[in-house]
Amino acid sequence: MADRVLLRIVASRIRSQLAYRTSFALHVVAQLIGQGIELVAILVVFTQVTSLGGFDRDEVVLMYALAATAFGLADLSVGQVEELPTYIRTGELDVLLLRPLGTLVQILSADIALKRVGKVVTGLAVLAYAYATSGIDWTPLRVLVAATAPLCGAVIFGAVWVAANTVSFWVVDGREVANSVTYGSNFATSYPITVYGPWLRRVLCFAVPGAFVAYFPALALLGRPDPLGFPLWLQYAPPLVAALAVGGAALVWRAGVRRYQGTGS
Amino acid sequence: MLSPYPQLVIAGFRRHSTYRQAALAGLTTNIVFGLLRAAVLLAVLAQRPVVAGYDVAAAVTFVWLGQGLLTVVLLWGDTELATRIRTGDVVIDLGRPWDLQAALLAGDLGRAGFAVLARLVPPMAFGAALFPIRWPERPATWALFAVAAMLAVVVSFGIRFLLNASAFWLLDARGVFAVWGVVGGVLSGLVIPLAWFPEWARTALAFTPAPSLFQTPIDVFLERGEPVGALAGQAFWAVLLLGVGRVVLHRGSRRLVVQGG
Repeated sequence: MADRVLLRIVASRIRSQLAYRTSFALHVVAQLIGQGIELVAILVVFTQVTSLGGFDRDEVVLMYALAATAFGLADLSVGQVEELPTYIRTGELDVLLLRPLGTLVQILSADIALKRVGKVVTGLAVLAYAYATSGIDWTPLRVLVAATAPLCGAVIFGAVWVAANTVSFWVVDGREVANSVTYGSNFATSYPITVYGPWLRRVLCFAVPGAFVAYFPALALLGRPDPLGFPLWLQYAPPLVAALAVGGAALVWRAGVRRYQGTGS
Repeated sequence: MLSPYPQLVIAGFRRHSTYRQAALAGLTTNIVFGLLRAAVLLAVLAQRPVVAGYDVAAAVTFVWLGQGLLTVVLLWGDTELATRIRTGDVVIDLGRPWDLQAALLAGDLGRAGFAVLARLVPPMAFGAALFPIRWPERPATWALFAVAAMLAVVVSFGIRFLLNASAFWLLDARGVFAVWGVVGGVLSGLVIPLAWFPEWARTALAFTPAPSLFQTPIDVFLERGEPVGALAGQAFWAVLLLGVGRVVLHRGSRRLVVQGG
């Protein structure tokens, strides 16, 4: 029963987005280019040098593609959690809490932003190109990694989005702070983590487990030992990390909702 | 009669200075991205000590000045006019005894003034604490940089005004803003120095106002190239964009239909 209500809500939200057609089309184009713009930056960099952080162009493009696909999928499914500060400020969250549906589910389905499909399309296109051209020596295990890495990455990013935006329960209008974690880790994971100093790497690649989105799966696919000397099993750890991240995000979210008292005087 | 525009500059400054917590939160994002972008450029320079005229000091200055100028020049946001066009409130703005474009520009300059204090100085100070920033060698450069930054704000305003005015035809201008938001950064020299781009791309960009937004003020600060010509280029785009904006506003407001009027 509740499921059907939800389906109807989602369907109506999707229809409402198609109302301004030109704007919608431009939005999709913007998302297509937006996710690809970092690729342009990478390609420009490689017109000047032949390796970055010990990796050549095709290897960096592979990491970028894994990160972009994962981020696109996460953005499509949970990107709406970004609107949490608005819900809190306007008091709309009170309404959501009263309804007999999960609070987080309601927020996430409030605006299944169809335009965000653009990001996934760009990510997948570059990923297909990278899988085909980066000279991966395919084995059954690597096929499995290639298939699961974008999904695990999406789950990790999704958990990071939810956990980071929960900060809004504590900080008024914490969206910018959350952005520095969500978009920051998206940017960070598009490059080999060898380019960052130890501090930045600890925060944006391990505390926020961005390294498991693209860097470790890429090493597994390329069959390269880790230049940083991390153990081999970490290259196959993304599913485990994804599960842990979801657990962590759920705890943080619950703590946030419990703490919520409304903004009224 | 007293001109309203200086008052509007002050009002713009004060309006934005009320959101201090938001400014602080925004700084976090600027600083995180500054650290990440600096790391990538330094990894490039680890391969070759000088890439297209950028050594380590120039590259980190490029990054931190860019992060600081981001909110001063304001590439993203500022969709207020588009919203007022969609809701019809723009009628009130057009009816006031002022020049709408000049009034908005005055408010924007005030906003930029506050952003210099709250958003340009702190990231530069942060960057200077951790990285070898290249400071100007000639004292005159500071004055030239101030002019370049102001012209960058005017060019950016000119572009944003046109994007907003597209709402007269599209009603919902968010798509237009989204496209500009994603291409603007790379084309204007916020992400990667434009000098690193291939020859053909640099030539093509020279025919657009994009480099005026970030690359030109940064070049002036780094004392790369001849500054007076660069400022003249910015001034040319500022005048052209404001002029086109006036024509578009005139055409657009004739399309306006007020419900129930």
